[in-house]
Amino acid sequence: MEEAIIIEKGVIILAVFAITMLFAMYCTLAERKIAAWIQDRRGPNRAGPGGLFQPLADGLKLFAKEEFMPNTPNTFLFVLGPFISMTMALMTSAVIPWGDTLEIGGRKVILQATDINVAMLYVFAVLSVSVYGIMIGGWASNNKYSLISAMRVASQMISYEIAMGLSIVAILMMHSSMSLREIAANQHGMHWNIFYQPLGFLIFLVCSFAETNRTPFDLAECEQELIGGYHTEYSSMRMGFFLFAEYAAMFISSTLLAVLYLGAYNYPGMTWAAENWGENTANIIGIFVLFAKICFFIFLYMWVRWTIPRFRYDQLMNLGWKTLIPLAILNIVVTAVILLLTR
Amino acid sequence: MSIQNISLSGRKKQVSNKEMTLGERLYIGAIAGGMATTLKHMFKKKVTINYPEETRPFSPVYRGRHMLMRDEEGRERCTACGLCALSCPAEAITMKAAERTPEEKHLYREEKYAEIYEINMLRCIYCGLCEEACPKQAIYLTKSKQIVHANTSREHFIFGKEQLVMPLEQAINNTAKSE
Repeated sequence: MEEAIIIEKGVIILAVFAITMLFAMYCTLAERKIAAWIQDRRGPNRAGPGGLFQPLADGLKLFAKEEFMPNTPNTFLFVLGPFISMTMALMTSAVIPWGDTLEIGGRKVILQATDINVAMLYVFAVLSVSVYGIMIGGWASNNKYSLISAMRVASQMISYEIAMGLSIVAILMMHSSMSLREIAANQHGMHWNIFYQPLGFLIFLVCSFAETNRTPFDLAECEQELIGGYHTEYSSMRMGFFLFAEYAAMFISSTLLAVLYLGAYNYPGMTWAAENWGENTANIIGIFVLFAKICFFIFLYMWVRWTIPRFRYDQLMNLGWKTLIPLAILNIVVTAVILLLTR
Repeated sequence: MSIQNISLSGRKKQVSNKEMTLGERLYIGAIAGGMATTLKHMFKKKVTINYPEETRPFSPVYRGRHMLMRDEEGRERCTACGLCALSCPAEAITMKAAERTPEEKHLYREEKYAEIYEINMLRCIYCGLCEEACPKQAIYLTKSKQIVHANTSREHFIFGKEQLVMPLEQAINNTAKSE
């Protein structure tokens, strides 16, 4: 039995890792394609059918590039930066419930790497650490643009993590649990959190954009002001890792949004499907539904990127501290009052 | 109506600096509007032309590569008068005349012909003045979509008679068509 669990978890971890990588890879293509479509262009369409092999070509190119090391006293930190980013971006996926239980050969398999009861705290801890990758990389680059970028990332993360955490508190109050699995299961039957917490969802969404350094909050890598920001001095696959980590983080944060607010793997008619087609089929459809939701959020990220221009630094700070945090607190108070009155 | 409000083009808009209402300051409406615009653009017809496979449609007055014409008997029309070279604002045309021998009567229409006829394609601006100047209707700017291909040597761009004179098969085809 022990071995079975190890094999089972190993398979799930490998699958999740592979899927995250695949998504991150094809996010680069999707980003370019969607950017092109929004600007009335066609996008990359030469490598493979419809440009399908473009990510492979990009990866190969990055591997083949010269590894440039700037004149920095912190070689170790310089190398460490992208690896922290990458590791942290991937670590979050451990606690995410990818689907309900599957029954394989009389065993109930939970589609989750690990179901810990402090999953939410874990996610926030990992998200906070991921900033260090960028900060360390930017600082060790020995370049003023990288340094400015690193400072911006740090302050941006601090201001947005508070609002993000506060918007989550309302969800914790509703479900009285920190386990993502329980939160997902509680949303069964169209009790999606987005219907109960629209304001919280909006705050969390805005903060996710800031957390993943995406436009309109991509101050850390604004090309016009900071060349490339924290990855100015990076080249070859180290640079690739930074970019890849950004897309992996985007995938994970889309997953979080889907799990926390859009009912995770639940979909309308799930009970009906379970009764008529069997539990397993219904739950497998659930996995695909979750991925459809994730794809929607990834699309949203890109859609917003090509719609809203970048914020100015002071506007960003104003929005974070003077708007989102008070709104999040208001959200908590309102949720608390309603919970008190209804229970 | 004061002078400031007159708009002859009808496009003038009055800007105001009024305070934004709370709804406007939330920007949610404005952002949704922007998102709708970008989404609409996703499904618009793409402006890109897939170059090597597709080419841009040329204008009806397009002037392409030059051609030295042949008459209905397949003889070269050019008599090396030099008017095209004289009219050329870019000084792209050079030629050397020669006298036709009796055996060459089937090759050249007049007693004098161009032994060497060169157009420097780097200098040519495709203005079509040579075509206008030619009294023998010998040089024409065709509608050919063939562009002069890139090359690293300048000599490559000096087109001689072998590139300029109308191919014989084409002349035969033209004569066959007119008969």
